[in-house]
Amino acid sequence: MRIAVVTFPGTNCELDVVWALEQLGGDAEQVWHTQPKLGGVDAVVVPGGFAHGDYLRTGAIARFSPVMGAVSAFATSGGPVVGICNGFQVLTEAGLLPGALQKNADLKFLCETVACRVETSDSSLTALATPGDVLRLPINHFEGNYVCDEATLRRLRDDDRVVLRYVRNPNGSLDDIAGICNEGRNVVGLMPHPERASDPILGSADGEILLRSLLATAQQRAAVA
Amino acid sequence: MTVGTIAAVRYEARVEITHLPGIADPQGATIERSLPALGYRNVSQVSVGKSIRLVVEAADEDAARSQVDEMCQRLLANPVIEAYEIHLTALASA
Repeated sequence: MRIAVVTFPGTNCELDVVWALEQLGGDAEQVWHTQPKLGGVDAVVVPGGFAHGDYLRTGAIARFSPVMGAVSAFATSGGPVVGICNGFQVLTEAGLLPGALQKNADLKFLCETVACRVETSDSSLTALATPGDVLRLPINHFEGNYVCDEATLRRLRDDDRVVLRYVRNPNGSLDDIAGICNEGRNVVGLMPHPERASDPILGSADGEILLRSLLATAQQRAAVA
Repeated sequence: MTVGTIAAVRYEARVEITHLPGIADPQGATIERSLPALGYRNVSQVSVGKSIRLVVEAADEDAARSQVDEMCQRLLANPVIEAYEIHLTALASA
């Protein structure tokens, strides 16, 4: 079971994600953004950081990196893809997830651990979690304020595609949204960092259930393929 | 410079990018709250956006505008949260 951890110039959470996935038994490896192919992978993580310096807008340049064509094709084929923080921003700019992440409502960079409620277990990142579970996860962002038009929000709610909600909204995010998934439920974007809550020594191991879910979804795909 | 057989013109394009209505503009709101401290109590509707300038060579103004519009749709602006306006000025030929 191989997981590609896509790395752009300016990405800075790739080693944490690789470490956390390997602790849980995954075979994770970095894939540099200039690679036009992913090879035979069973899951993709787009980790956090400042891809391409976040120039113009967060994620705006990253979506044109050669690797994103392969990530899109993998997502379209139903492969599990998770974007964390800046990775979420990249996936929205790439059109793999709807909406956008705008500046936090209070114009502050937020670096704290927040409570997030699992809203559905029907996604590649929450398959093993139980709706209603409250997870303590670190956030670390300036542009985490999710926004979309009314029709999109209605679809997200009606189709049960809000994956995680903040218990106390830290950034002004629409409908307390911390994470969403696509129609196929295989592409998930979230602002909190599960990899930074993957061991008790980090202050919380609550992110483990999310990463385990991703590994389980990847394993399922590997078994079918 | 020619495009096909038609002489191309250089246009300076100024793209003004603003927030769509309903999208929060925390920078604008913060500036608006700060101005009264300097005595400017008659200011409202402060908005902060981006300005991008570029020079494009095209057969005519319509061609230049349609190309810059495409650039805005594909890269310069995010239509989910941003609106844009394109202002073109023909430059004297070099």
